Amino acid sequence: MPQLNMVQAINLALKEEMMRDPDVVILGEDVGKNGGVFRVTEGLWEQFGSERVIDTPLAESGILGISIGMAAYGLKPVAEIQFVGFTYPALDQIFSHASRIRSRSRGRYTCPLVIRTPYGGGIKAPELHEESPEALFCHMPGIKVVVPSTPYHAKGLLVSSIRDPDPVLFLEATRLYRLIKEEVPEGDYTFPLGKARIVREGKNITLVAWGSMLHKVLQAVEGYDDVEVIDLMTLHPFDEETLFKSARKTGRVIIVHEAPKTCGFGAELSATLAEEAMLYLKAPILRVTGYDVVMPLPKLEDFYLPTVQRIRKAMEDIIKY
Amino acid sequence: MPEKILESFEIRRLEILDPKGEVDESLMPSLSADEIKKMYELMILSRTFDQRAIDLQREGRLGTYASILGQEATQVGSAFTIQKSDWIFPSFREMGVYMTLGYPIHQLYQYWAGDERGLKAPEDLNIFPICVPIGTQMLHAAGAAMAAKYKRDPIVVITYFGDGATSEGDFHEAFNMAGVFKLPVVFICQNNHWAISLPRERQTAAKTLAQKAYAYGFEGIQLDGNDIFAVYKGTKDAIEKARRGEGPVFIECVTYRMSSHTTADDATRYRSKEEVEMWKLKDPILRLKLFMERKGLWTEPYQKEIEERSRQIIDEAVRVAESVEPPHPEDMFTYTYAKPTFRQLKQMEDF
Ligand SMILES: Cc1ncc(C[n+]2csc(CCOP(=O)(O)OP(=O)(O)O)c2C)c(N)n1
Repeated sequence: MPQLNMVQAINLALKEEMMRDPDVVILGEDVGKNGGVFRVTEGLWEQFGSERVIDTPLAESGILGISIGMAAYGLKPVAEIQFVGFTYPALDQIFSHASRIRSRSRGRYTCPLVIRTPYGGGIKAPELHEESPEALFCHMPGIKVVVPSTPYHAKGLLVSSIRDPDPVLFLEATRLYRLIKEEVPEGDYTFPLGKARIVREGKNITLVAWGSMLHKVLQAVEGYDDVEVIDLMTLHPFDEETLFKSARKTGRVIIVHEAPKTCGFGAELSATLAEEAMLYLKAPILRVTGYDVVMPLPKLEDFYLPTVQRIRKAMEDIIKY
Repeated sequence: MPEKILESFEIRRLEILDPKGEVDESLMPSLSADEIKKMYELMILSRTFDQRAIDLQREGRLGTYASILGQEATQVGSAFTIQKSDWIFPSFREMGVYMTLGYPIHQLYQYWAGDERGLKAPEDLNIFPICVPIGTQMLHAAGAAMAAKYKRDPIVVITYFGDGATSEGDFHEAFNMAGVFKLPVVFICQNNHWAISLPRERQTAAKTLAQKAYAYGFEGIQLDGNDIFAVYKGTKDAIEKARRGEGPVFIECVTYRMSSHTTADDATRYRSKEEVEMWKLKDPILRLKLFMERKGLWTEPYQKEIEERSRQIIDEAVRVAESVEPPHPEDMFTYTYAKPTFRQLKQMEDF
């Protein structure tokens, strides 16, 4: 089986879905001849032509607005927004339309659209290139939010996202694009949206993370026994069952994300656990997150992002409590 | 080196039927007597719908409503040229378009009364739900046109918007995309002179809206939006051109919103009586009536008969709209996703 990184795995998923289904089209800035600024769509323009791999003008609202029209008409557009910070000019289209078309038309029109976009810090990039605004999208009913953490899962989750009848925001951790290689099989396999995976089993503490933070967590728990690690994979709708089960077993939960703490997705998880598993908890639920600041430029980004030390400190605090 | 002229353009304005009911025969589109009568009847029906909507709002039986008074020719005339297989992306002020296309009238009242089920288009009609954010629907139109082009479907996409919408960013992005990809889309602006309290001059310093199309590489035309023949011809030509694969067209219909912006607005705060009075003389319905009278297509009894018929149609639509069972609370969950989420299923147990 081929060893692929995240970029290659996503590329393979796109290629196979386009071969399988002529309604799948790709559009975005520089996705054609250039293969995308991260080369995720490399080779697809050559293989499928400019009618299916569409280089658009520089216009985020435009890209998502026309994707919505295409999806409503019956295609399955996979739109790339070059960096998640540039979804902001297009939030109107996502929030006012993509998320509401099924509901507003009482099912007469739907929006099977995938918005792929790199997110997250740790790559020493310019302003607005390192954002982690997943919670913003989780708050909006009508869209799904998926964040893969490995090449293997990225492929299976992307295929599910493309086949999903509703709009999906597919967040790709930029830092992971070329960080890890693993075996990624060719051919059809999928992971269901809305299901988490237990990466490591344990009885003492539950650590929950997604995307690039999962790897920080895995580093942090090295040498610790009996720690359970959950990769959430889909944030909206998230897998409540797996989370409750783990919290009831360990009684201690730490959530790690790189977005700012206030109204971050950790707040949602924490509140849900407080509602559903309060009496099983041996300690307060802790969050290790980015700070409530504008994502800093490269000189300070390492201080912003949760570190192995901060995660370990939380683990020690929660055991001592 | 002398300076060169790289590009220059002319903006055409199309007028066929004047306020006295006289037509320029050389421009007159070929329409049968029956078709002309049908147009007239649809305009009367639209106005009857509109007046009733305002009355119902005053009686507390409808929520805020956006009147189409004065814009009947623009709406009926343009929709008259649309084929069943075409796709339409309206804004929120196109009741006459919906009715011309045969949308169930009771559903329109249902929508304005706050029942979302009114927005479900019948299966044989490709009209999108009313769009509340200004201008965003133009992009959906471009996208649908792109998809139709990809699928080789010989359809055209038509989108409606106001003069205020031309100031929004999505107007630019949609025009730009449509031009770059040569999409089969017809942009119809109902320039009714006002975006709530802001006059057309406050939206742009350009002399016409039509000329904006030229910056995006396609044709723009202005026409008298109170002249149903000009609207019909202008739209028909544009749709045919788009259907031939010759790309988008932008049509600026110059008309006038005779009522307030919505039932929640008071237009006397920002515009003069004289202006409104002046536009009343250009009433699109009156104008067609004068023409028909001249051609022997209009008589008093005919007028009485169609007014009575419109009243009956509207009475019946209101009756149906108001007799529909209110939606079940579960209805709000049903269409958020194809399948309700785990959490939604739990929340639904509340009812
Ligand atoms: C994005 C957005 N901003 C503001 C509003 C509030 N609003 C509703 S209608 C309107 C004026 C629209 O004017 P125009 O496009 O000329 O259409 P008209 O109402 O004249 O038909 C405004 C400002 C809105 N619906 N959407």
